Amino acid sequence: MKKPKKDFWGLLGGMSFLSSLMAIAVGLLVGFIILLISNPQQALLGFKAILLGGVSDMKNVGQVLYNATPIIMTGLSVGFANKTGLFNIGGPGQFIVGAYAAIYVGVNWTFLPGALHWMAALLAALLAGALWGLLPGLLKAYRNVNEVISCIMMNYIGMYLVNLLVRSTVYNQLKNESKAVAASATLPKMGLDKIFVAGASASSVNSSIFIAILAGIVVYVIVSKTRFGYELKACGFNSDASRYAGINEKRGVVASMMIAGALSGLGGALLYLGGAGKYISVVDTLAAEGFNGIPVALLGLNHPIGIIFAGIFIAYLTVGGFNMQLYDFVPQVIEIITAVIIYFSAFSLLLRGFLQQRRLRREEAALTAASAGGKEEEA
Amino acid sequence: MEYVIEMLGITKEFPGIVANDDVTLQLRRGEIHALLGENGAGKSTLMSVLFGMYQPEAGVIKKDGQPVRIKDPNDANRLGIGMVHQHFKLVQNFTVLQNIVLGVETTRRGFLRMEEARRKVTELSERYGMRVDPDALVSDITVGMQQRVEILKMLYRENEILIFDEPTAVLTPQEIDELMKIMRDLAAEGKSILFITHKLAEIMSVADRCSVLRKGKYIGTVDIADATAEGLSEMMVGRKVNLRVEKKPAEPGEVLFHTENLCVRNKATGKLVVDNVSLSVRAGEIVCVAGIDGNGQSELVCALTGLAPVESGKVELCGRDVTHARVRERKGLAHIPEDRQKYGLVLDYPLSYNLVLQSYYSPLFCRRGFLQYGAIDRYAEELIERFDIRSGQGAKTLARSMSGGNQQKAIVAREIDRDPKVLVAVQPTRGLDVGAIEYIHSQLIRERDEGKGILLVSLELDEVMNVSDRILVIYEGKIVADLRPEEVTIQELGLYMAGSKKGVA
Repeated sequence: MKKPKKDFWGLLGGMSFLSSLMAIAVGLLVGFIILLISNPQQALLGFKAILLGGVSDMKNVGQVLYNATPIIMTGLSVGFANKTGLFNIGGPGQFIVGAYAAIYVGVNWTFLPGALHWMAALLAALLAGALWGLLPGLLKAYRNVNEVISCIMMNYIGMYLVNLLVRSTVYNQLKNESKAVAASATLPKMGLDKIFVAGASASSVNSSIFIAILAGIVVYVIVSKTRFGYELKACGFNSDASRYAGINEKRGVVASMMIAGALSGLGGALLYLGGAGKYISVVDTLAAEGFNGIPVALLGLNHPIGIIFAGIFIAYLTVGGFNMQLYDFVPQVIEIITAVIIYFSAFSLLLRGFLQQRRLRREEAALTAASAGGKEEEA
Repeated sequence: MEYVIEMLGITKEFPGIVANDDVTLQLRRGEIHALLGENGAGKSTLMSVLFGMYQPEAGVIKKDGQPVRIKDPNDANRLGIGMVHQHFKLVQNFTVLQNIVLGVETTRRGFLRMEEARRKVTELSERYGMRVDPDALVSDITVGMQQRVEILKMLYRENEILIFDEPTAVLTPQEIDELMKIMRDLAAEGKSILFITHKLAEIMSVADRCSVLRKGKYIGTVDIADATAEGLSEMMVGRKVNLRVEKKPAEPGEVLFHTENLCVRNKATGKLVVDNVSLSVRAGEIVCVAGIDGNGQSELVCALTGLAPVESGKVELCGRDVTHARVRERKGLAHIPEDRQKYGLVLDYPLSYNLVLQSYYSPLFCRRGFLQYGAIDRYAEELIERFDIRSGQGAKTLARSMSGGNQQKAIVAREIDRDPKVLVAVQPTRGLDVGAIEYIHSQLIRERDEGKGILLVSLELDEVMNVSDRILVIYEGKIVADLRPEEVTIQELGLYMAGSKKGVA
C-alpha cells in the first residue's frame, strides 16, 4: 500500500501518506466514541467487528473487494475531474445511467455471443456515463455554467429518466425493479468465487474488481504520462497560462468531464452486471455509490492508485459494519458509524490540507517579504 | 541630533530566513529618509515591524527617545505613524471624504457629523496643494488622485511619521514630480518621511538621507548630498552595476511584424480599447509601446498573440496574415507575458514542465501521445545552465517556490529558446531588482542584434528610454506618437503618455 502512493508524493512532499493514516485514525476514534454513546456494553466488541470484520473469513475478504469496485470507479471519476480543476458531483447520475445502459444491453442484446455481450454492455455504460458528463462539460466550457450546479441537476434528470426507462424497457413488475440480465452479460467470476468462500457460501466478488483496478492504472497513465494528461493538469492548475500556451482549455474541460462521466458510468455497469442479484429499484433515491466517490477521492488524495486503496478501505469498513449486527447494533446505527468514520477521515484530511495551504501561503508571504538568500546573487 | 523614530538592532526571523538581521534605522524630524534595497532585502519586513504587523525577535523601537512597543497598526497610529501602501487601501465605492474619515468618524448620538471632517479635509488639501474633490467616488478618480487621498488620510489622523511604500510605481512622470513636491512640503512642515523605493533617481532628487539594506542586513546610511547613484546601487547590490544599457545603434532590416488599422472592442463595456493601431516591427530593432497602464496595452498584446479576437484590421507575421490565427498557428512569435504568475507559468508544475510549456507537444518531447520525461529533463537542465536559472532543486523545483527574478528568467529562457522571429515582451522587468533587470535587458538586446524583431511594452520610462530604438506612445487605445529616444525627453514623453500632446494624427 505504501509504495505506489509514495511515488506520487514526491510532488507533495512525502507527508501525505501519513496524513491519510492520521485522518483514518481520527475517523475511527470518533466512530468509537459514537459507539460508546449508543451501546456502551457492546462498544468494544462492535469496534472490533468493524475493525476486523473485513478479514474475519475469506468470504468477507471477497465482499470487501466486491463493495470496493463501484466506489473505486466513482472515486476515480471525482479524482480525474479534480485534476482539471473540476468538481464532478455528478457521480450518482452518471453511475445510474451507466448502470441502466448496461442492463438494457444485458437484457435485450442477447444476439451477441458470449463474452462479446458483457463487453458491449460495459461499452454502453461507458458511453452513457460519458454523455452524462459531456453535458455539464459543454455548459461549463462554452456557457461558463458552474459544473457543480449542472451536475446536480443531471443527477436528478438521470435518476428520473432511468426510473422511466426501466419501467418502459426492462421492467420486472413483481419486484418494481429491473429485469435480470442474460447470463452472457454477467461478468465472469474468474474463479474468484472459489477462492473467497466461507463454508458453502461464496462471496459476490467477480472480475469487476480487476476492471476497476485496470481503470485506475489507465487513469494513472493518462494523467501522469501523456501529453493529454499534461494539458488537463495545466488547465486545472492555471487556465490562463494554458490558454497562453495555446492549449484548448475548453476542449480539456469537455474531455475531462466526459472521461469522469464514463468512469462513473462504468462503475454502475460493474455493480449491476456482477451477478450478485443487484437490480435497479424504481425508487426516487440518488445512487449512494456516486456520492461515495467523493470521500474515496479525498482519502486517496485524488491519485488513481491511492483511490484504489481508499475504495478498498471504505469497503472494508462497510463489510466490518455488517458484522456488527452480531452485537445487537441496529443497521441504522451501523450505517451512521461507518459514515462517520468515512467522512471524518475524509474531512480531517481536507482540514489538514487547508491548514497546510495556509501555512504555505504564510511562509510564502514571509518569503516574498523577507527572502534574503539567493535572490540578490542572480545574474 | 533629535531622532523622532529609532529602530535599533531589529532582528526578524521567518522559518529558514532572517529577514532583518540587526537592522538600525534612525529617522530625524522633518527629513525625507529613503529606504533602499532590492526586492527581498527586507524593506517591507522592517516597515511591517514599525507598523506593528510583525513582532521582532530582537531590537528596540524608540519614539522621541522613549522605548515603545508596537503590537498592532492601531498602536502605530496612536504613535503618529501612518503608511501609504503600495496597493492603496481605499473603498472603491465610497467618496473621497468617506474614505478619509473611515475609522475615525466624528459622530453625535450615533449619527455621522461630516461637516467638520469636510472642513478639515478642505483645509488640509489647500495647505499642501493637494487637489481633491471630496465628493468624488474613489472608483472615478485617477491613480494619482487616489494616492493623494491616502496621503490626506494620514494627515487627517495627524500622523507625524509618514511611510511611503514604493509610491511612484503607479504614477506618470508629471504625477511623480507633483508627489515629490508634496513630500518636500510635508517635510518642511515638520513631518518625517520614510520613503521606500528601489529607484535611484527619485532618491537623488528628493531624499535627505538614505539607508540601504541588502539581504536583510543593514549596509549603511548616507547623506544624499555626498552620494552618487552609482555608489548607492553598489551598496544595494553589493557589486558594480551597469546602470546604462549598452547597445549599438539598431540596424533594422525587413518588416517582420505588422498591423494595419487594428481594432479591439471590450465586450463588457462596448468601448473600443484598441483603436486603429497600425505598427510595424522590423528585424533587428526594439520597438517600444509606452503608455500609462490601462491604455489598451494588454488588449493590444492579446490581439497580437492570439489570446483575444480582433474586431477589424489585420495582423501580419513574416508576411503571413495571422489576424485570426490561433496561438499555436503564430509560428515564429514568442511572448513574454505581462503577468508571469498568471499567464507565464503553471506555478504548481515543476520548472522542467514550465520550460516546455510551449513545446511539450513537439516530437522532441512527445511520442505517440506520451511525454518523454528523459528528454524534457535533459532539455530543462540545459536551459537552467545556459540562462543561469537559480532554484532550490533544479528542474524539479516547483515554479511557485522560485523567486520572481528566476521565474522571469525561466520564461525568458523558454521564449528565447523557441528561436522566434518576433518577440513580444510585456513589462519584462516588472517587480525585478537591478541585477535581474540588467540581465533581461541584455538578453533583449542580444536577441535584437541577432536580427529578431522585438516589441517591448513597458510602463517604466527608464526602460523605454534606454532599451528601445523606437517609441510608440499609446493613449486610450490609439498610437499618438512615433518617437526616437534620442530626440525626446522624459518630460515630453510623459506629456504624450498623459494625452496632452499628440505627435501623429
